[in-house]
Amino acid sequence: MEISVNGEKREIDVALDMPLLWVLRDELGIMGPKYGCGIAQCGACTVHIDGMAVRSCQLAVSDLAGGEVTTIEGLGTPDALHAVQEAWIEEQVAQCGYCQSGQIMQAASLLDADPAPSDEKIDAVMSGNLCRCGTYPRIRAAVKSAATKLQET
Amino acid sequence: MSRVGTIARRTFLIGSATIAGGVAFGAYMVNRPIPNPLLDDLAEGEAAITPYVKIDANGITLITPRAEMGQGAVALQANLIAEELDIDPASATLTPGMPGLAYYNAATLEEGAAPGYDDSTSTQITRYMFGKVAKLIGLQITGGSSTTPDSFTKLRTAGAVARETLKEAAAQRTGVDRSQLATKDGHVILPNGEEIAYTALAAESALIAPVEDVTLRDPSTWRLLGKPNMKRLDMVAKSTGTEIYGIDCKVDGMVFASVCANPAIGGDIISFDATTAKTMPGVQEIVPVTGGVGVIASNTWYAIQAANAVECVWGPGSYPENSEKMWNVLETAIDNEDYFNDRQRDEGDVAVALETDDIIEAEYRVPYLAHAPMEPMNAIVLVTDTKCEIWSGVQAPIWTRDKAVALTGLAPENVHVYVQQMGGSFGHRAEIKHVEQAVEIAMAVKGTPVKLTWSREEDMTHEFPRPPAIARARGKVSNGQVDTFDLSVSQAAVIPSWLERNSGIAMPGPDPSIAHGSWDQPFTIPNYRVTAYRAPDMVPVSTWRSVGASGNGFMHDTFMDELIHAAGADPLVERVRLCFDGTSRKVMEEVGKISGWDGPSLGENRGRGIAFCMSFGVPVAQVVEVTNTPNGIKIDKAFIVADVGTVLDPKNAEAQLFGGMIYGLGHAINSELTYENYAAQQDNYHANEGLRLFQTPEFEVKILENGHHIRGLGEPGVPPAAPALGNAIFAATGQRIREMPFHKHINFV
Ligand code: FES
Ligand code: FES
Repeated sequence: MEISVNGEKREIDVALDMPLLWVLRDELGIMGPKYGCGIAQCGACTVHIDGMAVRSCQLAVSDLAGGEVTTIEGLGTPDALHAVQEAWIEEQVAQCGYCQSGQIMQAASLLDADPAPSDEKIDAVMSGNLCRCGTYPRIRAAVKSAATKLQET
Repeated sequence: MSRVGTIARRTFLIGSATIAGGVAFGAYMVNRPIPNPLLDDLAEGEAAITPYVKIDANGITLITPRAEMGQGAVALQANLIAEELDIDPASATLTPGMPGLAYYNAATLEEGAAPGYDDSTSTQITRYMFGKVAKLIGLQITGGSSTTPDSFTKLRTAGAVARETLKEAAAQRTGVDRSQLATKDGHVILPNGEEIAYTALAAESALIAPVEDVTLRDPSTWRLLGKPNMKRLDMVAKSTGTEIYGIDCKVDGMVFASVCANPAIGGDIISFDATTAKTMPGVQEIVPVTGGVGVIASNTWYAIQAANAVECVWGPGSYPENSEKMWNVLETAIDNEDYFNDRQRDEGDVAVALETDDIIEAEYRVPYLAHAPMEPMNAIVLVTDTKCEIWSGVQAPIWTRDKAVALTGLAPENVHVYVQQMGGSFGHRAEIKHVEQAVEIAMAVKGTPVKLTWSREEDMTHEFPRPPAIARARGKVSNGQVDTFDLSVSQAAVIPSWLERNSGIAMPGPDPSIAHGSWDQPFTIPNYRVTAYRAPDMVPVSTWRSVGASGNGFMHDTFMDELIHAAGADPLVERVRLCFDGTSRKVMEEVGKISGWDGPSLGENRGRGIAFCMSFGVPVAQVVEVTNTPNGIKIDKAFIVADVGTVLDPKNAEAQLFGGMIYGLGHAINSELTYENYAAQQDNYHANEGLRLFQTPEFEVKILENGHHIRGLGEPGVPPAAPALGNAIFAATGQRIREMPFHKHINFV
């Protein structure tokens, strides 16, 4: 089977029902998306498929249907940060950081769909992403400052 | 020098050592010149020289032995060294080093010995002796909010010795006196402006006697510490998916594994049938482990699927089979002299004071709690005939090594533990069971590295949780004041359970953590008594963020609030009046100020509550504002004030405080582990959720610096959260909640 991840075509040979998360991590060595719960409760595994935030632990790889997968590695890199990542660094959001790949991917897709989200919208969209360290106050702040950054560019 | 400094100077000597191509600084040696019977058993090599700073021609390496779990420990340690060494910490290589006794943590055990406000000489001696015990038991452990106090003097001294020795090397090379030399940005600066890089002086520095007589810089001259721009060093990696946690490590040729173990914690496996599991995709091998079965496969998901398909017959647990029976055990032990643990507070005459009819009584309950950090337990282990290598995020690497030594029969020097970044811990990673399982599986496939990952379900149902507790409280008020406060706490012991399971060391005497957060609060009440009862061991339990104070903070402060209400006094004013510790009083007064406590009432269906708890030497006061909406309680705002003596990393300290409070609020509202047929009933985040973003209030945090001691903040933000919320709910609704999780009694939105 062939899938497209971060703009690259990758050949894989796995069971059809293997969740995309485990294809990315253990077959392709792409470690940004994290395993937290495996049942769509935490959002740590969030990636984009054709720009939409998706829980990769819930998507059988055979259901990708040619969709383009973007992981946090494809969103931006330390040398070429995405505006959401810049905001995350400026606000010093991360504590353990384990949930943050998923938080950032969720936030990036939110801002793509709604460049100026209301506080209620931010709360609603970001509440599927758990953070056991409790970084939520700075996540709120970073989403807002990323929105401003994106509007300026 | 401060007290911390005096102790530190007695217990370690700073020196230098030659390493290949360079020099290592910050060497520690056991204080051999002072005879001490506690140290007699130290084996050869345990007094080994171990560095905090290594410099060679290629660069500067800082060793930061306290592990990173999200609390900012690595950045703090690096900045402590860099402040004196005059380097940019971001330019250095950071490594946790290898487990070694030289990195022992004196502060963890020191804190267990006496309350934070007690500065008497005897207390200092007790603290000091506990610190010595830490060395004996190899406690290179990250926990107890101890990184800051443990490292504060040690690491700055290491940086200063390195700096002065490098200057001395430059002095000898150039003939300019050391006093004429300055340092900046990794260079020694000559009076004529010429610069010599530290890396160019490394080889010469190794050959001269280290300059040990250093004076630490005055805090007013700090460039990094305490500055608002002091950044954590891991933000870019953690915002780009490039941080490598234990679960992300790769070792050439590794295979993937998962396990299913007896849900009765510590129980045996009687038999298993892996017929189906063996035929599943990707499965390579089925390996029995202690109390369970491991599956090796070509992908973690295959391994988890197959582990779930192994049919096991489990032996029974060694504890009561369900929650109801466990509560019965706690009820039997409370106020029962057969289970007496300690009575560390007994002032006035409580018995006489309570011989009246107008006693106020209450009973409180807190449940078993999972730590549930976001990264499930994992470890990579390679075992060969001659060595064992372990890559895992663990809080106690020496004990981890010792477990592997016991399982493999290898000598300690042939077992290597590489501590990895942790995706949270909260005490979870002070446990080693997953590494033992990984070693057992790796022993079955010698020469092949095995990466074991627990499924979330395996992780949550194999917790060594925070134990449940019951408190019974009796009190009396008179003339509008709190007059009598009597609290009994019944709980199974935490520290002995954790210590013995992980280190093999049996802890004699009472468990100091049962009433931690209750007996040690800085209040004077005419009749004041706190008694701890040690219930029999049940589910094996562990330290959980803020340990004993996590439950006691709620039970003690809620009863305080009930008495103050009965007295008709103001919750803030009366707490301040009762408090004998000036630092704590200022914390409470400040939270009153920033929360507008004296301002206009919040209006109908709204209320605010205050709570206070001192834990790990840090007084913390929190105020919560809630609204009682038609659909349930909404938390609107939260205010936190704490005193840490000296704030080293303000931005991170603030995050630790609101993060701790969020952890406390989430668990107060909706989290518990209950047991049926020996097994934990909550197996994933849907049933054990914690706080989510939409429930998170606005925060205002203020950190004071009136205290005499430098303190860590990983834990003290947790204990006041539940009582502050409960007291606010009472103010808004008149309903007093005495049991966690609160959602059993009231709805939240
Ligand atoms: S791992 Fe996919 S939502 Fe938790
Ligand atoms: S930063 Fe640790 S779980 Fe979010």
